[in-house]
Amino acid sequence: MRSTIASAVLALALIAGGAAATSAQKKPEAAAQSIVVASTTSTQDSGLFGHILPLFKAKTGIDVKVVAQGTGQALDTGRRGDADVVLVHAKAQEEAFVANGFGVKRQDVMYNDFVLIGPAADPAKAKGGNDIVAALKAVATTKSPFVSRGDKSGTHSAELQLWQVAGLEPQKAKPIWYREIGQGMGAALNTAAAMGAYVLADRGTWISFKGKDSLAIAVEGDKRLFNQYGVILVDPAKHPHVRKDAGQAFIDWLVGAEGQAAIRSYKINGQQLFFPNASPSG
Amino acid sequence: MPHPVFRKDPPVSGAGALELIVRGDPALLAIVRLSLLVTVSATALASLIGLPAGALLALARFPGRTALVVAINGLMGLPPVVVGLAVFLLLSRSGPLGSLGLLFTPTAMVLAQALLITPIIVALTRQTIEALWEEYSEELSAMGVSRGSAVATLLWDLRFPLVTILLAGFGRAAAEVGAVIMVGGNIDGFTRVMTTSIALETSKGNLDLAIGLGLVLIGLVLAVNALAWGVRQWAGAHAG
Amino acid sequence: MRLEDITLRAGGSLVLDDVSLPLARGVTTVLLGPNGAGKTTLLKVAMGLVAPTSGRVDEATACGGAPRKAFVFQRPVMLRRSAAANVAFALRAASRPAATGEVDALLARVGLGSLGSRPARLMSGGEQQRLALARALARAPGIIFLDEPTASLDPAATKAVEEIIKSMIADGVTVVMSTHDLGQARRLADRTAFMARGRLLETGPAGAFFSAPATREARSFLAGDIVL
Repeated sequence: MRSTIASAVLALALIAGGAAATSAQKKPEAAAQSIVVASTTSTQDSGLFGHILPLFKAKTGIDVKVVAQGTGQALDTGRRGDADVVLVHAKAQEEAFVANGFGVKRQDVMYNDFVLIGPAADPAKAKGGNDIVAALKAVATTKSPFVSRGDKSGTHSAELQLWQVAGLEPQKAKPIWYREIGQGMGAALNTAAAMGAYVLADRGTWISFKGKDSLAIAVEGDKRLFNQYGVILVDPAKHPHVRKDAGQAFIDWLVGAEGQAAIRSYKINGQQLFFPNASPSG
Repeated sequence: MPHPVFRKDPPVSGAGALELIVRGDPALLAIVRLSLLVTVSATALASLIGLPAGALLALARFPGRTALVVAINGLMGLPPVVVGLAVFLLLSRSGPLGSLGLLFTPTAMVLAQALLITPIIVALTRQTIEALWEEYSEELSAMGVSRGSAVATLLWDLRFPLVTILLAGFGRAAAEVGAVIMVGGNIDGFTRVMTTSIALETSKGNLDLAIGLGLVLIGLVLAVNALAWGVRQWAGAHAG
Repeated sequence: MRLEDITLRAGGSLVLDDVSLPLARGVTTVLLGPNGAGKTTLLKVAMGLVAPTSGRVDEATACGGAPRKAFVFQRPVMLRRSAAANVAFALRAASRPAATGEVDALLARVGLGSLGSRPARLMSGGEQQRLALARALARAPGIIFLDEPTASLDPAATKAVEEIIKSMIADGVTVVMSTHDLGQARRLADRTAFMARGRLLETGPAGAFFSAPATREARSFLAGDIVL
């Protein structure tokens, strides 16, 4: 018995070993430098990384692995030390991250803007306006359906701040027209299309979103719709294994002339999505 | 990792999805290859642990055995996302096994899937072996066969049912998304597999591509099930 | 061999109560009695599959050395393999070489010569019983225990099995079997052993038993009454 079971076990071990070995063939690539960047799903979905990361890799040979999550989760990933760099768009949370000792320094990288997306029927009569606060008030007054990401993301924080400026707190009152889905930007747009609802989206995801159906931009251009991105190196003092040299190289490239140019050159349908605004002092 | 063609020039009709498959789009193939690698490795690992454990559980008698059998049967229904969360917490740098640096790697995905399907393999193996052992043990001991040889005989005669158990484990692992997305991070070109790609492309509104991947995945699951059926038929005809 | 004062207690009940029975070489012994009498258990004790609570099984023969034993269960379990593979397995288990010629010879002996490659579990009840006999013969036994060998078989299959048993006896194998079939007992037995409720009530030459049973229970049984 022992010999038969042993040989069966050996056969399986060989299979497992073989599989592991073929996956190890990927290792030589990874043994070349790589870093993990925790960023947001909206940034990932915009396609920005697909454009700029190959440029960075060509220059430095460093492989950037992006784990795209909600802002809250991305910062948590940085807190746990599971990422080397954090790139999100929630300034207050980013500054708290650094203040609490998890990050070295926060730097501006770029901004994009939010737009209020609405259904063709436009029950709140918000279309064509450039005052986001007035539009939100109208949505509330007309009780038009509104989809919120409800996931502690940067977009979600921005949305809540705008409601606050409008003097409303639907996330607390939870009226029936306010639908929190707890998911990312793509899912929110899908839901809004299906429900004929309003939704606050970042322009990047909106432009590259494929299921627009009868949704369209209702309000844009309001300065309060600016969405600032910040990049932070996870503090190696807190997590010694952080690849700080490669991580810093990425940050330096991103805020330096080349990275900023790369960001500027990313276009969808001829439209620029992100506006680099790193300050020269870094 | 070459910039995937489908991201910039998405298919505009459902037929586009099939076109990607037929054309053998390299990015699509890379995702399929990674999916197979992860799930095959996970199945191999789970079998290495699960087959002997199931055999042991079938044949040994010890206090608490019944409770263990019930518990393992229950673990078959582990929600993948819960397994993913557990493995995530284990492998995170802030977790107990953080120093291994395995989070967001294909290895983590293999571990999570293996953890998910091991109870299935153990439970089904136990059931299969126990049933046949009840029949075989007395007859074999009357033939003067030692207990060890009897077990080996049993396992050899069960080789086809055991293969179908492995296929069942494979099918379950191939279909799940909750575990691998948590511990893999769905990193483009590194930890992105069929199921996580489907979730991602759907959330981006790329339904055509998501459907294309879905067709490949369904095809795979059907093929595995057909194989299992074929094995059962062959075994039935040749061994009874 | 002989069984001496075999007593078996199991699960709080007395399954066998002080049974002593000689099993002489060349004497075909048939165990008779109602269900639950302990016939199957006694056979298993003789085979060595079950240990008695007290008493012993004495296997010394006049020529010294214990006889090779084989057992055929009432419902024999076929290995999930072909008929020939089952026989080959039995040969190997008995430490005999599993040569194809030997396997074919054994199959032919039980009338399964053309069914060697058939999956054993797909064979009919009668065929499986004959295959079980082939497996038993593969051990080249001196003594074979058969537990109700034709209990679930139709008359044609029963006849075939009885022919095989007769040929085994003719070859010098000692046959010890249990049966419900009084006609079968009459046809095959040299010696009968009548059991009820775990006790051996009567044993002796078959002819004497059938013509003049000594005990009341035996008379009831032979008359076709239910013996409690």
